[in-house]
Amino acid sequence: MVLRSTYGATALLSSLLALAMIAALFLGYAPLSVGAVFQGLVGQGDERYVFIVQDIRLPRILLGAMVGGSLGLAGAAIQGLLRNPLADPSVIGVSSSAGLGAVVAIYYGFAATSAVIVPIFAITFAITAMLVLVWLAGKDASVLTLILAGVAISSLAAALTSLAMNMSPNPFSLNDIILWLLGSLANRSFTEVWIAGPFMAAGGVLLLLTARALPALSLGEDAAATLGIDLRRVRLQTIFGAAFAVGGGVAVSGAIGFVGLVAPHLVRPLVGHDPGRLLLPSALAGALLLVLADIGVRVIPGDTELKLGVVTALLGAPFFLWLIIYTRRTMR
Amino acid sequence: MIGAENISVSLGTHAAVRDVSVAIGAGELVGFVGPNGAGKTSLLRALLRLVPVDKGSILLKGRDITDDPPHKHARDLAYFPQGQAVAWPLTARRLIALGRVPHRSTWENLSLEDRAIIDHALEITDTTQFADRPVTELSGGERSRVLLARALAVNAGVLLVDEPTASLDPYHQLTTMEALKNATVAGTAVGVVLHDLNLAGRYCDRLCLMHEGEIVADGAPGDVLSDENLARVYRIGVRRDDRGDVAVDRRLNDAS
Repeated sequence: MVLRSTYGATALLSSLLALAMIAALFLGYAPLSVGAVFQGLVGQGDERYVFIVQDIRLPRILLGAMVGGSLGLAGAAIQGLLRNPLADPSVIGVSSSAGLGAVVAIYYGFAATSAVIVPIFAITFAITAMLVLVWLAGKDASVLTLILAGVAISSLAAALTSLAMNMSPNPFSLNDIILWLLGSLANRSFTEVWIAGPFMAAGGVLLLLTARALPALSLGEDAAATLGIDLRRVRLQTIFGAAFAVGGGVAVSGAIGFVGLVAPHLVRPLVGHDPGRLLLPSALAGALLLVLADIGVRVIPGDTELKLGVVTALLGAPFFLWLIIYTRRTMR
Repeated sequence: MIGAENISVSLGTHAAVRDVSVAIGAGELVGFVGPNGAGKTSLLRALLRLVPVDKGSILLKGRDITDDPPHKHARDLAYFPQGQAVAWPLTARRLIALGRVPHRSTWENLSLEDRAIIDHALEITDTTQFADRPVTELSGGERSRVLLARALAVNAGVLLVDEPTASLDPYHQLTTMEALKNATVAGTAVGVVLHDLNLAGRYCDRLCLMHEGEIVADGAPGDVLSDENLARVYRIGVRRDDRGDVAVDRRLNDAS
């Protein structure tokens, strides 16, 4: 199915996302009736309903859409920049660096002082890592250099995270670190929405502004440059856009993998594989995926709630394998 | 239209272009010929500022553009690089539409004029029949023609083309050269790197013969492709038919 325009894909995905978010309002541990949810939304009636709907479900759903959207958008932009369908935000090391920042905050006990500490550490580390990446890759970075530098930064961040866990002063902080690394949207409030929101919005704008350059880059860097594309600016826009958007996301939800990889692939055929037109639909698809996965987390019965990052990895990894087999076949 | 004055380009420690001066005028079709590694591609890339020059200057319409970054002057300079890969399975039509990127802002849709230019580019490269197929499913020669259409669709005053006929069948080698010739009729300055000396001789207004980074002959095709030049630069002996076309006859030893 090829929709005639990006508008078609955008409209379809927006409606699906709206439906999923509304459905998520009605699903949860506390069985609320339709009437109770509406009462809770408008802030009338039973105070418990108001609390459950406005302070538990609503921020969780919004964060799911925001984090998923950021991952989907950053994934699409990075795949377009690197001209590689197997790339995602973790390739340039932004996710693991943000994760390291959060782990440092938890490890040194700063996290307990205020809810804003973990997000601020995560975003700061993500941006610092991207500054190092840009410096490492140099002025005329080739795609290969960028990927290699990203892998190096990613490995270093992962090693330091392991070191923090290894040296953990007590089992409680180790437990906190591990649970945080698994990725979750449980027990988040509007505080997180307000902390991460501005970063994700800024990152989103930077990433959406690559829409003109990415299609031209399909022709390679020389041809793109002669089409008026400032390659250096596109690289910086994508890298720092991803740092803000994904850093902001990881800051409030922990490590949630595979959404950034999978979302662009799901919608690419809908926009005729154009990497510029892909951006917005991919963001919507990422948001949709994460809202759906979070519904799954909440409705799957069991004593222990599954962590969202575990669910996305369990669904994402097989998809990734299928993707490798599929690309191997078409590239032959 | 575009020219270089005494430029030198080095790739690493290797001097790829040495003290070259060349000019391509409006409406002129200039062919660049020479053996592998003679510096033809480096010269084109230097004109586009894709590689920095060590010395000398690049002139566009009489203005010095040596220090302008490559993304400047996108409406004036179009480029068909050698051996391009296409990253995504875009349709041929959408790929050719990329030629209109310099003329549109980010969120602007294609105008009627853009569409007419794209249709024309499809037509003159004989690619209309696969306009709506993904370019990744086309053969190498078909894809090459689509990519040429992309470069033509820029409608720039200067068109630099690097080996457009390399993977083409004989029929489409002719249509490609005719498309370039056609562009010059509209006033475009066209520079083209070619390996086929007969195509070069038949279609180009002027030829530049390159050897070890230098232009060793610049002039009418008949004069440039003389027996002595071919022997010295290509180390080949040729036979000529009554139309002036050359056929490679034998390899000459370095000593001769």
